[in-house]
Amino acid sequence: MKKFGKVLGIMTAAALTAGALSVGAAAEDTFKIGSSGPMTGPAATYGNAVMNAAQIAVDEINEAGGANGVMLEFNPQDDEHDAEKAVNAYNTLKDWGMQAFLGTVTSGPCIAVEAEAVNDNMFLLTPSGSAVDCITAGDNAFRVCFSDPDQGTASAKYIGENGLAEKIAVIYDSSDVYSSGVYATFQAEAANQPFEIVCAEAFTADSKTDFSVQLQKAKESGAELVFLPFYYNEIALVFTQADAMGFAPKWFGVDGMDGILTVEGFDTSLTEGVMLLTPFSADAEDERTKNFVAKYQELHNEVPNQFAADAYDGVYAIAAAIEKAGITADMDASEVCDLLKVAMTEISIDGVTGTGMTWDASGEPSKDPKAVVIENGAYKGM
Amino acid sequence: MMNKMTKKTKSNLITYLIVIAAFVIVQAMVSTGHISSLFKGLLVPICVYVILALSLNLVVGISGELSLGHAGFMCVGAFASALFTKCTSDAITATPIRFTLAILIGAAMAALFGLLIGIPVLRLKGDYLAIVTLAFGEIIKNVVNAFYIGKDSHGFHFTMKDQFSLGMEPDGQVLLNGPQGITGVTKDSSFLIGVILILITLFIVLNLIDSRDGRAIQAIRDNRIAASTVGISITKYKLMAFTISAALAGAAGALYSHNLATLQASKFNFNTSILVLVFVVLGGIGNMRGSIIAAVLLTVLPELLRGLADLRMLIYAIILIVMMLFNWAPKALEWRERYLGRIFNKSAKEGK
Repeated sequence: MKKFGKVLGIMTAAALTAGALSVGAAAEDTFKIGSSGPMTGPAATYGNAVMNAAQIAVDEINEAGGANGVMLEFNPQDDEHDAEKAVNAYNTLKDWGMQAFLGTVTSGPCIAVEAEAVNDNMFLLTPSGSAVDCITAGDNAFRVCFSDPDQGTASAKYIGENGLAEKIAVIYDSSDVYSSGVYATFQAEAANQPFEIVCAEAFTADSKTDFSVQLQKAKESGAELVFLPFYYNEIALVFTQADAMGFAPKWFGVDGMDGILTVEGFDTSLTEGVMLLTPFSADAEDERTKNFVAKYQELHNEVPNQFAADAYDGVYAIAAAIEKAGITADMDASEVCDLLKVAMTEISIDGVTGTGMTWDASGEPSKDPKAVVIENGAYKGM
Repeated sequence: MMNKMTKKTKSNLITYLIVIAAFVIVQAMVSTGHISSLFKGLLVPICVYVILALSLNLVVGISGELSLGHAGFMCVGAFASALFTKCTSDAITATPIRFTLAILIGAAMAALFGLLIGIPVLRLKGDYLAIVTLAFGEIIKNVVNAFYIGKDSHGFHFTMKDQFSLGMEPDGQVLLNGPQGITGVTKDSSFLIGVILILITLFIVLNLIDSRDGRAIQAIRDNRIAASTVGISITKYKLMAFTISAALAGAAGALYSHNLATLQASKFNFNTSILVLVFVVLGGIGNMRGSIIAAVLLTVLPELLRGLADLRMLIYAIILIVMMLFNWAPKALEWRERYLGRIFNKSAKEGK
């Protein structure tokens, strides 16, 4: 009984020595940007979109001669949408010699990593961590996407000011920080608006395939408009199931709905007339978006979503801040952080998720959500 | 003195010494800076999983019941202790006292749940018991998911609907926000506390095994009917093992929740229970030292494989299969006896 313990023990000792001693000492001539997000598991779509787009942006910047001559290097790590794994990924990147952190992709892990990053004085720019708490622990953290409160408030205002409906139902994912965060502020703002929330039904990550109960209740409540603050994969199911039960209210979504037109095996004609608030639309006609979408499609054979767009802009924001602060590749992470957090508030970025984006010291971006309506399978500004 | 020790006492001493030696070596590496950030960050999770593996081994190995809901008890401990810390972080400023209390509360709450669940569940045996513990693990997770707890100047508010139904004053603070769990728990866990907890766990488990109660528990495992004919109360002893195991898992949960700034019940799912069971099975059912080593190895391994990118989890699975075969396949045991037996001659003799 004891022998295998010894064998295991020796294997462990060898593994631990290898792990403990691998203190990274990589090349000194590039500026190292690390990122972590779910690249495996149920949330992998989001993580992979961010990593792919960030790599595209890094390659573009390097092709153009770097940020002020500083070449960038990008290292994506998998965190499986798990706070514990995200901290491990972050520590791995620190060993690699990371100088700025573009992450994490999802909100929950981001809160845990930000707690570590504050202690290390590591610059953190989350492309898509939208929960308020993601960037509140310290002044080192910024974000590219809207925060949840912004989206909820903006949606409620938009619906109220344009008189879209009087009775509104909400379906939201109570296990998701993003979804319930948007709902929380939507609900708060609804009190000031001329409509009434007649029905609010929750689902969780464990039960996100069958929405018939929630839809039935929404239908019975007589809602004219249903607000769907969650992601497009589930929204596609909602549309299909609502269609099957003959429920056809107005639909309103937030930026998580972006991507609905690319869901495979989904009848996109169901999305006709759907409204959503989004800072990014892959069909936009401007040069930057066209270039980004074309490159992304060429490399990964799919239309980039919201997450990809945020990451793409995130890399450009870091590059612009590097230029602004005159950062060189040989500075250490803490020095970089002190310079970047000042430079971030001084730059203005024209990206694919908005033009003239600026940041204040709290880390929140200032950009306006655009309301679009889906017509003939394409977004159209409202 | 040494001569008087039984073989078992010696073996137990070696187990304690391995833990202490590992602690001393790692601390020396930390203080001299010869340690990567990744490994430093892994120290507390390693302690958590070691305690979990030890506590589950008490149920699976010593009491002989397959439990598939261990993460549920970890969940109770994690949330109870994190809530306590959130509520008292202003009142009790001395971190060691507060954290000790938090661990005790986590363990006590988990023990309470272990007892409540154990009373109906332990009337079953074998596969039936495994399935029911699995169900209870999921129930605990989902119940925690449904709780909303807030605190304001009027005291505590509680609801199972959503955070707006708490009806709090504007100055109120949401402590437990349903499926989003608890955020902003202070980082009180440290490697030292983790190792102390491992030693306490070992002390409890090893002494229980050698005690009169422990022998009764093992007698039930080996032959239920024979044990009951000599007057051993089956329910009582099984419940004892199950409750102690739950309490230890609760302590591990407390250590876990004070290591990260976020805590969500979804973490404590079936996968986590199975992961802990894998530690126990790989390390050897009933073998405490094996559990420790397996837990350390399997916690570190996925992180060491990061370099393999997409192939990581595949390689991890393959390594796991190979290790299982190497440790437990009869042919592999035979081969090891023959070849490695020479190298570890002494231990081979002991092993028999």
